[in-house]
Parts: sequence; structure tokens; C-alpha cells
Amino acid sequence: MAEQEVSGWKKWVEESGEQVNFLGAFFRNVFTGGFEWNEFVRQCYQIGYRSFTLVGITSFIMGVVLTLQSRPTLVKFGANSMLPLMVSVSIIREIGPVITALICAGKISSGIGAELGSMKVTEQIDAMEVSGANPMQYLVVTRILATTLMIPLLTLLGDAIGLFGSFLAVNISDHMSWMLYFNKCLKAISFSDLLPAFTKTIFFGFAIGFIGCYKGFNSNKGTESVGIAANSAVVNASLWIFFLDVVAVQLSQILFY
Amino acid sequence: MERIKKEIEPKSNEIVVDMEDVRLGFGEKIVLKRVNLKLKRGENLVILGRSGQGKSVAIKCIVGMLTQDEGSVKVFGDEVSEKNETELKELRTRIGFLFQSGALYDSMSVRENLEFPLTRVLRMREQDELDKNVDEVLEAVGLKDAIDKMPSDLSGGMRKRVGLARTLIVKPEIMLYDEPTTGLDPITSREISELIMQMQKKYKTSSIIITHDMECARITADRILVLDNGEFIAEGSYKELESSDKKIVRSFFK
Ligand SMILES: Nc1ncnc2c1ncn2[C@@H]1O[C@H](COP(=O)(O)OP(=O)(O)OP(=O)(O)O)[C@@H](O)[C@H]1O
Ligand SMILES: [Mg+2]
Repeated sequence: MAEQEVSGWKKWVEESGEQVNFLGAFFRNVFTGGFEWNEFVRQCYQIGYRSFTLVGITSFIMGVVLTLQSRPTLVKFGANSMLPLMVSVSIIREIGPVITALICAGKISSGIGAELGSMKVTEQIDAMEVSGANPMQYLVVTRILATTLMIPLLTLLGDAIGLFGSFLAVNISDHMSWMLYFNKCLKAISFSDLLPAFTKTIFFGFAIGFIGCYKGFNSNKGTESVGIAANSAVVNASLWIFFLDVVAVQLSQILFY
Repeated sequence: MERIKKEIEPKSNEIVVDMEDVRLGFGEKIVLKRVNLKLKRGENLVILGRSGQGKSVAIKCIVGMLTQDEGSVKVFGDEVSEKNETELKELRTRIGFLFQSGALYDSMSVRENLEFPLTRVLRMREQDELDKNVDEVLEAVGLKDAIDKMPSDLSGGMRKRVGLARTLIVKPEIMLYDEPTTGLDPITSREISELIMQMQKKYKTSSIIITHDMECARITADRILVLDNGEFIAEGSYKELESSDKKIVRSFFK
């Protein structure tokens, strides 16, 4: 029993060490040159394109639901003119980034984990390495940088669609022009909301790509390990997103308020 | 007649791969007990052995994919396990490794698969030159029509041949073939065996060929080693081993 616990800890420490190594290898490869532009662009397209619909639909629904849910409470206090402010602040600061990141953890991180995992199982990664090419550069650097770029963009799009959903929901019961609604939102959001929110999505994107690549690249041989890689990529990426979110909130409290 | 001529044809005595007393295990399980192997320049060396005896493991040591627990693996005179990342990469560009599974990159078409080592390893840039190389090697494996297909649209045998083409395209000095003819029909197998011979003649490639296909062994082998229980238990030409006094060795030739 005690032995099992020790070996559990040992495994955890070992894995953390491996992740640090992997991170080091990533940065070494980013700066050594030979960047694979074509593959990077292809990955950006794939990641953006594959997730856009899902992110869009979810954000739209979040905007609508959030508005419909908050309205009765605000009306009770006679504060329904505050509705755009409340919704826009919550979407931009927290809900947009986190929901988008979680969706992408489910969709992209698992996709990368499964793809690289099956490349590992079928010896494609070994073949690349043995031929003297650099699988880290071709497979990992491109994917991590692509998610780091695309998740923030997807989040911005998601935020906008969420606000649009909220605008429609406001108009179910009240009448408010698009201009007025938009103005109220803009007034509500300050630079100190946008900057930390945007910055953290960059880290979310990095975590999503990094965990997916790490799990896939280091999966075991055997077909079931592809499933395991995909699965643990989602779990770990989601946990990292929450963890990073807590850190980001704390930091922005210190820096901006 | 041709066979005999080949056997007495003098090979250079330079040893390109030298494995000495190599021991390698995974956890408790010892796969290679004491492996000694010398590959001369320009030689075709065939390794025979039952499934799971560690043939693939042995050649993976040569490219540094696995590291031995004891003993030494020297390629072109230098110990592989002591090389740093750059040196290992440099070594790997001189060695071709055909995977048992073919290991095609399945997100790329056949053409892209073949261009990959040219652009990434040899840093070839000109499209004309790329096309020329790709065409030449596809011609050699008899797959000119498949150039724009995706790996998932190919049969197992075709995939293997593309894998072979991708390895040959960089014209390596040492070729390691892991079961090049397994899963192929007799005619294609023969063609592949002859292709291996051609490579040896044309580019003076030194090769290690792992196979269960005795026809392939007969055509290609200058020398045969038999791996059993983590050691080589027999060595000799096809003729010599055919009439070996060890039963297990003879049983391969039936
Ligand atoms: N990465 C690895 N981790 C753990 N065990 C391994 C690994 N690679 C190979 N083995 C074990 O080593 C043994 C030899 O494997 P190897 O693939 O070399 O066999 P082989 O002689 O090539 O057989 P076959 O003719 O079927 O290809 C097997 O029992 C296998 O389970
Ligand atoms: Mg094998």
C-alpha cells in the first residue's frame, strides 16, 4: 500500500520532469530555425476551421442564456439597463475565454493527442526521427504555435458571437438598438478587462497544444494507447486551463485593480 | 554460376557496423543476450530468426533508437550511444531504415512522403530535382501510378514499397531492411530482392536484411546470421547453413 503510494508519487514526479524536458525541447526547436511554415499554416487552418462552428454555436447560446438568466434578477432591482454591462463583462473577462478554451481542449487537444499517438504507434514518428528529419520541429512546434495563435482568435470571435446572442436575447423582451447595445458594452469594457483576458487565452492556447502534443508524442505502443493519449490530453488540458485561469485572475487583481 | 562469382568477389574489408557483446533488456526481460555482428562495406547481411527474438531490436540499436545496456555498437567506427543529438542526426542521414510496417506518413500523399526526406534531410529545394528523384525511385519500386494517392488508398504491399522507396531515395550508405518482402506476392518479393541487389551494385550500399523469406535470403545474402535466444547461433553462406548440423538452423531452409 505504502509502496504503491510512493510509486504513484514517483511516477508523477517523473512525468513532470519529462514534461519540463519536452518544454525545453520545444523552445530549443523554436529557436533553432528550419521552421515549417507550410505545416504551421495548415495546422492553423485546420484548428480554426475545425473548431469555429462549435465555438460559435456554444458562445451564441452562452450569450443568450446568460442574458435570459440574469434579466429577472436585474429587473427586481430595477437595474435592467445594466444588463449589457453585466453580460459583456462576464463574457469578455471570464466566460468567453474559459468556455472556448474548454471546448478546444475537448476538440483540439484530444485531436492532436490521437493524431500524434497513432503516428507513434504506427512508427511514423520513429521513421521521421530515424531518417534524420526532425519530428519535434515538424509535428510539435507547428501544432503548439498554431494553437497558441488560434485559441485567442477563436476566443475573440466567440466573444463577439456571444455578445451578439446576448443582444438578440435582450431584444426578446425589450427593444434596444444594436448601436445602443454596442455602445453600452463598449463603455462597460475597459482595457484592464481586455488585456488580461486576451493574455490568458494565449496561455490557454499554449497549454492545449502542449498537452496534446506531449501526450501523443509520448504515448506507448499499442492501439489502446491512442485512446489513452487522447483522453488524458483532454483531462490534463482542462485542468491546466482552470489552473491557469486562477493564476490569471490573481495576477490581474494584483496588476490592475 | 553467378552465385559463385558473387561469393568470391572481394569485398572491402572496412567494417561499417560493429556490434560487440551487446546486451539489451526491457525491464526483467532480456532480449539480446550477447550479440556480435560485423557488417563489411558493400556487403548484404541477412538475419534470420523466429518471431520475437529481437531482430528488430538489434537493428534499432544501430540507428540509436534503442541503447544497449552493455557492450558497444559502433557505426563507421564511432560508438552510437555516445553521440550527441547533432552527431546522431548526421549519422542517421547516412543510414536508411525500412520499418517492418512501412511507416508511411498518412497525412501526406505518396509524393509528399517521398519528398519529405529530400527537403528535410538533404535540403533539396528545386522542384525539378525533387520530381526527378521521386520519379526515379517510384519507377524502381514499380509504383509510378500511385504518386498522388494517399497511403490509406494503398494496399499493404504497395505501402511497403512506398516505404522502401522513401528510404532508398536519399541513397544511404547503410540500409537496414526490416522484413522488406513480408506480405508481398512472390513476384513483387522477387522484384524487391532484386532491387536490394541493384542498390548494392549501383551505390555500394551495405545492407542488413531481416527476413523470413528464404527466397529473398537466397537472392540477396552474401552472409547469413541466425538469431536465437538473444545470440547469433550460426553464421555462413546460404549453402553452408542449408546443410548446417544444427536442427533449428536447417529448419529455416525447408
Ligand atoms: N520498446 C519495447 N519495449 C518493450 N519491449 C520491447 C520493445 N521492443 C521490443 N520489445 C520486445 O522485444 C522482443 C523482440 O522484439 P522484436 O520486435 O525485435 O522481435 P523480432 O525478432 O523483430 O520479431 P518479428 O519477426 O516478429 O518482427 C519482443 O518480445 C518484444 O516484446
Ligand atoms: Mg521485427
